[in-house]
Amino acid sequence: MKFAVIVFPGSNCDVDMFHAIGDELGEEVEYVWHDTESLAEYDGILLPGGFSYGDYLRTGAIARFSKVMKEVVKAAEAGKPVLGVCNGFQILLEAGLLPGAMRRNESLSFICKPVQLKIETNRTMFTADYEQGQSISIPVAHGEGNYYCDEETLAELKANNQIVFTYQQNPNGSLEDIAGIVNEKGNVLGMMPHPERAVDELLGSADGLKLFQSIVKTWREAHVVNA
Amino acid sequence: MLLTLEPNPTQIKADKLYQQMGLSDEEFTLIETILGRTPNYTETGLFSVMWSEHCSYKNSKPVLKKFPTTGERVLQGPGEGAGIVDIGDGQAVVFKIESHNHPSAIEPYQGAATGVGGIIRDVFSMGARPIALLNSLRFGELDSARVRYLFKEVVAGIAGYGNCIGIPTVGGEIQFEPCYEGNPLVNAMCVGLIDHKDIQKGQAHGLGNTVMYVGAKTGRDGIHGATFASEELTEQSDEKRPAVQVGDPFMEKLLLEACLELIQSDALVGIQDMGAAGLTSSSAEMASKAGMGIEMNLDLVPQRETGMTAYEMMLSESQERMLIVVKKGREPEIARLFEKYDLEAVAIGTVTDDKNLRLIHNGETVADVPVDALAEDAPVYQKPSQEPSYFQEFQAMEQEIPQVDDVKETLIQLLSQPTVASKEWVYEQYDHMVRTNTVVSPGSDAAVLRIRGTRKALAMTTDCNSRYVYLDPETGGKIAVAEAARNIICSGAEPLAITDNLNFGNPEKPEVFWQIEKAADGISEACRVLETPVIGGNVSLYNETSGTAIYPTPVIGMVGLVTDIDHITTQYFKNSGDLIYLVGETKPEFGGSELQKLLNGRISGKAPELNIDLEKERQEQVLAAIRSGLVQSAHDLSEGGLAVALAECLFGSETLGAAVTITGNHVTALFSESQSLFLLSVKEEHQAEFESLVEAALIGEVNDSATLRILTKSDPILEVSINELKAAWKGAIPCLLNSRD
Repeated sequence: MKFAVIVFPGSNCDVDMFHAIGDELGEEVEYVWHDTESLAEYDGILLPGGFSYGDYLRTGAIARFSKVMKEVVKAAEAGKPVLGVCNGFQILLEAGLLPGAMRRNESLSFICKPVQLKIETNRTMFTADYEQGQSISIPVAHGEGNYYCDEETLAELKANNQIVFTYQQNPNGSLEDIAGIVNEKGNVLGMMPHPERAVDELLGSADGLKLFQSIVKTWREAHVVNA
Repeated sequence: MLLTLEPNPTQIKADKLYQQMGLSDEEFTLIETILGRTPNYTETGLFSVMWSEHCSYKNSKPVLKKFPTTGERVLQGPGEGAGIVDIGDGQAVVFKIESHNHPSAIEPYQGAATGVGGIIRDVFSMGARPIALLNSLRFGELDSARVRYLFKEVVAGIAGYGNCIGIPTVGGEIQFEPCYEGNPLVNAMCVGLIDHKDIQKGQAHGLGNTVMYVGAKTGRDGIHGATFASEELTEQSDEKRPAVQVGDPFMEKLLLEACLELIQSDALVGIQDMGAAGLTSSSAEMASKAGMGIEMNLDLVPQRETGMTAYEMMLSESQERMLIVVKKGREPEIARLFEKYDLEAVAIGTVTDDKNLRLIHNGETVADVPVDALAEDAPVYQKPSQEPSYFQEFQAMEQEIPQVDDVKETLIQLLSQPTVASKEWVYEQYDHMVRTNTVVSPGSDAAVLRIRGTRKALAMTTDCNSRYVYLDPETGGKIAVAEAARNIICSGAEPLAITDNLNFGNPEKPEVFWQIEKAADGISEACRVLETPVIGGNVSLYNETSGTAIYPTPVIGMVGLVTDIDHITTQYFKNSGDLIYLVGETKPEFGGSELQKLLNGRISGKAPELNIDLEKERQEQVLAAIRSGLVQSAHDLSEGGLAVALAECLFGSETLGAAVTITGNHVTALFSESQSLFLLSVKEEHQAEFESLVEAALIGEVNDSATLRILTKSDPILEVSINELKAAWKGAIPCLLNSRD
């Protein structure tokens, strides 16, 4: 399986994502510059964290106009797995690939620490390898992770099992402790916590590895069947 | 043409206008002698910034000469953007610390943010990939609303810059003392990693080569920042707000990535950050180091504002700019490289062989001065030095053991002192994990980062207990280095070298200069014995408000090498049943101690003694034991003594406790701040082997009681739940920040 790590000006977790896939997962991975015009050769699209365009207007608001984003939308429509972490999640929201919006953390401060997440559903291509209801430790690092959506959207998210991760102790004030959601089709995941920072016990946790393994496993199954 | 209203040379001289720029009468006369004429306005400006203390070290040079700066591993000592130390396998570590004290006193968010931005540029201008940031901060007491504002904004500024650019802030230290109320200290350190083959120098070689300007445009911000940094803060300092710059970490991220790509190009000749004194220092220093000259056409300098004069452009300290020298004819490919990052690289000048800095503006030569005169020939002053009267008073005081009636309450109060209390409120605002190499996060003795693709890791710390330095600058200077080394050792690393940030008051006062000299003596001796040469640093003088100096604060930034990641050790106790050992002897030493400050509200007396040879011996023993795999946890004793250290060792777990037996006077045993002490825990099965390696006293055992129990021979004198201690320790700073006047 071949992954693309999209690099926007100001992305800074691109390296971590690259190593998580290349070194820990052992899959093929390439950096893809934001002005790239085709993502056809990639099977999975990863939007890393950071401060794209300095997050100067609003987090993710400028990045979503990058050339490559048209291709990301295409990949999402084609059913390819698309994962946005932190700033990547914010960009997916701005691009309309996921519903809702981000507000500043309730504390109004940036917050960086490991948090406990609950797997709300393991019936997604991103969480298949986890147990339903499992508790995992993954770090957060953001200033704007306070997820919000209107009541109608929230009801839909719940009805479609689109809430994938929740915080056990909410660090940022997000609605219903939401830490990560998928689109209705289930192939676009946005999450504030950083699974790519939790792939090596030496750094405190390897709980994020299963997320990437789930993607690969689901993809392999689909492509073996199709073959 | 725009009419400029700059005074002419005659007016500058007659009205002594150079004084406003910080030049003395003697210095102005010296400039006239060098030039053989009276300098014009722009030229006077060039000299005034280059001859400021901040750029020339004219007052501190005689002191800096004392430092040992060489060693087997040193690849680059002081003089370039940052020092470099070999760590084997063709790799090296690059690091430097720098202050942004004055800007932070006036505009704390931007002052701190641009301090971080500046030190990062120093490291990547060497060709290194910045991998970590640390800081060392000093504030007044948190009961003042102004101090709370400064503290919050400085932390937010450091976080804002470091988080955005994506370099983890992994460590630091903070002390609170009334002497820093009007003049906080903000020292930022950056550590980078480099392959030997990529090491760059800021030199403008090669007649006819092209000088290019890259990065942000030049504006009117920060004009005379270096001069501002070289005077005392007064009530009028707020008017100097325009001398503080505004940071753009996004721009610097682009610049960083572009420059690291650039260093792989053989078209690059030299590269230097435009830091203090901006375009002036970068051009003059690069030319001077290469024995060449530079001619620049200022009309070509990318400008943010219209109508800027040569003087303004040359003295601007706009951030996120670099000056590079490239081989003639290769400019287009360099421009393309920067274009990829949406940055402009503009040719603004050429390398000449006349050793002059010549500036053209609007078709006229507006400055023509020897580069060596700017970069090298600033006068050096041997300032008068005098022992302050307080020193003998303190030395004459008897060591008294303070009266402590309630051990538990005292320990809780000590843990609640902001200097001792948990800094979680601070470091949770810093992204300390980005780039995924941080093995030991903030909170333990030193931060540790693995080096990807190897078994090695780097340990790093900043340290200085300025109370000891104030009581006794020489001993205090020694202790600062020793404590930094202790922290490195406790994390399982071997100390490599230091960078220092000498924060002092006004050097024109003999008592302050005496402090500088003595502290430098102490640092030098400790560095020689501990084999940690000084590979670079920064001097920040004139840290005074309304005539009162800060405590002398020579901050030590130290980096150590972990030869195998298996050696990485933290301060936290690991398993019930492990044995607790104390290395070193406790004497009744309370001068400058946390207990003394708590009980008396002020410090006095003698600083703790330090035998640096004994220190070295113990450090070697502890490191040998760690490397043999015999040590479960290691922590050095510092503020608050053994009692605080024991509590800190227990804060890493929810369930562990400890029972410890002390001997002698219990106040001394628990709260004295004697030096060269280590608290280690060891598995029972390793007892014999450990004791054969390390001279240490077995004082207790880790258990699973979640309480700290301390006994004298006969009686228990303390039994307290870890939760109670932890609540006090964790809650102190958030609680103080929420208080109202």
